[in-house]
Amino acid sequence: MPRNMTDATIHKTFKLYIDGAFPRSESGRTSAIHDPRKKSNGVPLAQVARASRKDLRNAVQGARGAFEGWAGAPAFLRGQILYRMAEMLDHRASSFADALVRYHGATRAAAMREAEASATRLLFYAGCCDKLAQLLGTVNPVVGPYFNFSMPEPTGVVAALPPRMPPLLGLVSCVAPLLVPGNTVVAVVEVEAAPIALDFAEVVATSDVPKGVLQILTGDRAELVPHVATHRDLDGTLLVTDDETERLLVESEASDHVKRGRTIDVGTPARWHADSSRGIEWIEPFVEIKTAWHSMGR
Amino acid sequence: MTIDEVALRGRAADLGKRSIKNDAKRQGIAMAMSMVDLTTLEGADTPGRVRRLCRRAISPGAGLPPVAAVCVYPRLVPVARREVDGTPVRVCAVASGFPAGQVPLGIKLEDTKAAVEDGAEEIDIVIARGSLLAGDLERVHDEIAALAEAAGPACLKVILETGELGSFDQIANAAWVACRAGADFVKTSTGKVSINSTPATALCLLHVVRDYAAKTGRIVGVKCAGGIRSSKEALHYLVLVNETLGPSWLVQSRFRIGASSLVDDLVRQMCKMQTGRYVGFDDVVRD
Repeated sequence: MPRNMTDATIHKTFKLYIDGAFPRSESGRTSAIHDPRKKSNGVPLAQVARASRKDLRNAVQGARGAFEGWAGAPAFLRGQILYRMAEMLDHRASSFADALVRYHGATRAAAMREAEASATRLLFYAGCCDKLAQLLGTVNPVVGPYFNFSMPEPTGVVAALPPRMPPLLGLVSCVAPLLVPGNTVVAVVEVEAAPIALDFAEVVATSDVPKGVLQILTGDRAELVPHVATHRDLDGTLLVTDDETERLLVESEASDHVKRGRTIDVGTPARWHADSSRGIEWIEPFVEIKTAWHSMGR
Repeated sequence: MTIDEVALRGRAADLGKRSIKNDAKRQGIAMAMSMVDLTTLEGADTPGRVRRLCRRAISPGAGLPPVAAVCVYPRLVPVARREVDGTPVRVCAVASGFPAGQVPLGIKLEDTKAAVEDGAEEIDIVIARGSLLAGDLERVHDEIAALAEAAGPACLKVILETGELGSFDQIANAAWVACRAGADFVKTSTGKVSINSTPATALCLLHVVRDYAAKTGRIVGVKCAGGIRSSKEALHYLVLVNETLGPSWLVQSRFRIGASSLVDDLVRQMCKMQTGRYVGFDDVVRD
């Protein structure tokens, strides 16, 4: 027993982020996170919830429930909310850097670089929200007295399977472009990257993001990917993987029920810092183009 | 009458913890579907909406059986009647000044008679709960008896609006009065107030009809309505019936669930069981 409260070490339990709440896994399972700098496994640094199939089901339900509101929100408002996320993340950059050092053994400088790059990435996508219609939409030349517009609309509920490394920048780079057009997202993060991802969930929860717009599940990817692949209420999957079996499973199941998909190689951590890891081409795969005819009215 | 509220709530909650899987779940979902009174009671109801509801009632999908009845406002009874003729689905009308019941008895009787003449085989009426809360049980009894007579051969379901009665003692009292006055079913709620059917109120009513049957030999059914949206909740209610009154009560002539979106979820759950996959947003019809 510590002699007084200042001696007490509190080991945080990281819980899932589903529909605006932080529940434990319905299965009750957790995984221990150990100090990456120590060879032997002593007292774990933290416990993280290990999501099950039913947690995924609940997450998809939450995302589906939030879809109409998020997709229907003005693009400018979505931009403001993403901007708020960027603000919150930037303000807490040093605490994220601490966590990257603690849980991933990163150097302080590299950790700070990743935290700041993540906030900048959110800022980039915040700015994209109200420009998307100009960038992806068109006015089409047609014969006859009609206006003919093509406009981007969100695909729906999209699962994101980000890379393990870099844990924060990888996650942000995957989920932010999905949120831009109005998709709602279920991110499935590997246990190793869980503490950072669930810290990020706390940023999301305090940035006016409506509940259900983004859920973060942490767990065993090999266990969860088949459930993600076969869940028919997911309209798209953004998969970051080098595992051929995983890619084949997700893509073949997606073709079975017309699920949108994009698969990206994991690559080096440095590649996630590069400008090529952001851009309109990250938004476009999860956008549907709707074309409407409108009378010119003489 | 005094009800032990803590024990009642505790038992109702305990009976919701059963794990119902695989074949039992399949049977439970089909059974729940066969007991649904598929309901639309909106001011904006149109003949088109009622026709669509009726088609859903006859064949809900996923190989599930038809529901027990469609429940509509009296004005729409003829539409529903035409649509379900020749099928096992019955037509139920809410009458007697639904949902508040604050109209003179003469109008309630006319409302009821007209619905029966238009082809309603079941009538859901609301009790004069103002009189009940004022302690005038005799008036409540007499009104129900008069409406039972007006309904003639139609099955009379008496809505107690349990969410507005204040206590389980009052709910049990109201249910006894309804049973004595000739109700064929006692029903929890209109679905129009903030507190609807709960497992505990259902259990309370099930106890009353059990005691009433033991005392008089006459069977009165129970209908739970309002806020029952998921298959899981519906299965919970079936467990309550089975554990209180036994499997012989798990028939649509003795137990009903008044609902609308529940049907969607029953179909989704059944599809999930058949395909092993969670159902997509556009895979099944939504109402």
